Amino acid sequence: MPDKRDVTLAVNGKTYAVSIEPRRSLADVLRDDCGLTGTHLGCEHGVCGACTVLVNDKPVRSCLMFGVQAEGKVVRTVEGLADGDTLHPLQQAFWENHGLQCGFCTPGFLMLAAGALQENPDMSDDDIKDVLSSNLCRCTGYQNIVKAVRLAAREMRARTRA
Amino acid sequence: MKAAAFDYLRPASLGEALALLATHKDDCKILAGGQSLVPAMNFRLARPAILIDINDLDELDHLRADAGQLKIGALTRHAAFHRPVVEGPLGTLLAKVVRHIAHYPIRQRGTFAGSLSHADPASEWCLVATTLRAEMVAKSARGERVIAASDFFHGTFTTALEPDEILAEIRLPIMTPDWRVGFYEFSRRAGDFALGMAVAAAKVEDGTIREARLGVGGVGDRAIRLGALEDQLVGTPASSDVIDSIDRIAREARGMIEPSGDIHASPEYRRDLIAASVKRALTEALA
Repeated sequence: MPDKRDVTLAVNGKTYAVSIEPRRSLADVLRDDCGLTGTHLGCEHGVCGACTVLVNDKPVRSCLMFGVQAEGKVVRTVEGLADGDTLHPLQQAFWENHGLQCGFCTPGFLMLAAGALQENPDMSDDDIKDVLSSNLCRCTGYQNIVKAVRLAAREMRARTRA
Repeated sequence: MKAAAFDYLRPASLGEALALLATHKDDCKILAGGQSLVPAMNFRLARPAILIDINDLDELDHLRADAGQLKIGALTRHAAFHRPVVEGPLGTLLAKVVRHIAHYPIRQRGTFAGSLSHADPASEWCLVATTLRAEMVAKSARGERVIAASDFFHGTFTTALEPDEILAEIRLPIMTPDWRVGFYEFSRRAGDFALGMAVAAAKVEDGTIREARLGVGGVGDRAIRLGALEDQLVGTPASSDVIDSIDRIAREARGMIEPSGDIHASPEYRRDLIAASVKRALTEALA
């Protein structure tokens, strides 16, 4: 069996020194080695999007990256969204608009939307739906997810202008 | 659903990567975006002994217009094409096509060159490369060679690349402003694989089509360039009667493919889809 590698990861502004096999997905490394279980794993082959995290500000499937590949990159997970006890505008909007039922897909949707809004804060409704089509919600609560992202985007734009 | 064990190598230069490929050949796979390879590894459909991660190789991370060609380095991600990368019809076409490739997060990682090397018959970039007559630059420790798109794709997941070669760059001819372009794809769900698609381009001078490109994908074991129909388009007036020509060409395209049937669609259905896709792509370009 190939040896474990000593890898240093930067996640949510903290440094994690881990010893991992190269075959270990970034999702498993985050959950099992860093103890950040907010990132969920659904399909493990890039279809459902539950494991979406930001790597260098881009939303990516953490089941399709190996943990060793994240060395030298900046990783952000759902645990890094809130500012202390203050929810991120996306989290607040999901809460207020019933954007989640069982909550399993929520971390993936939040990170997907956070990354997409960072690239384009002025997404049209069509753009929002196109981006959100990347992830699956098995409770099928899509309308409220779209609504929450739309309202969060508005709130985030207002704060930027303020 | 976890990948089997492998050894992970992360070369710091292209020379180093090519030396590793020369040593390990069929025992290794190149890891770029990993958006097709890693799912295959998670399913254990692929069990490479060694992965060579090329993501640190700046030599492969470029995208530029040069001498009438768009040169796409091996590390160019799909997302780079979300906005037109070059002025004129080519940039417009690529920006339209890229929206059909998987989903937003996949497009942040997956690469243009990776799609071509993977050679999925339903790949949009493979269709574009075939139809627009791309050139592929393959590099190995032995040297460099340029492969025409028509010689590059050998079938499902099979290309002309040798085990010690890497697809370092793709060159697409840049179209002058008198080219008109169209693309149409049908899939069951947003971001899913194409059941049928077509790309069309025509160079129109003085109201007449002077050159044409037409290709279809998602049927058969690779993208198909419909050269005979391209020839028919040349010389046709690009006026209001072009609709009649488009109808005729779409009907002929239907008979020029031999799709297989599977759980997703019957051969008959796929032929209809191709006729409709050709019609819509040509209509977008010309009508």
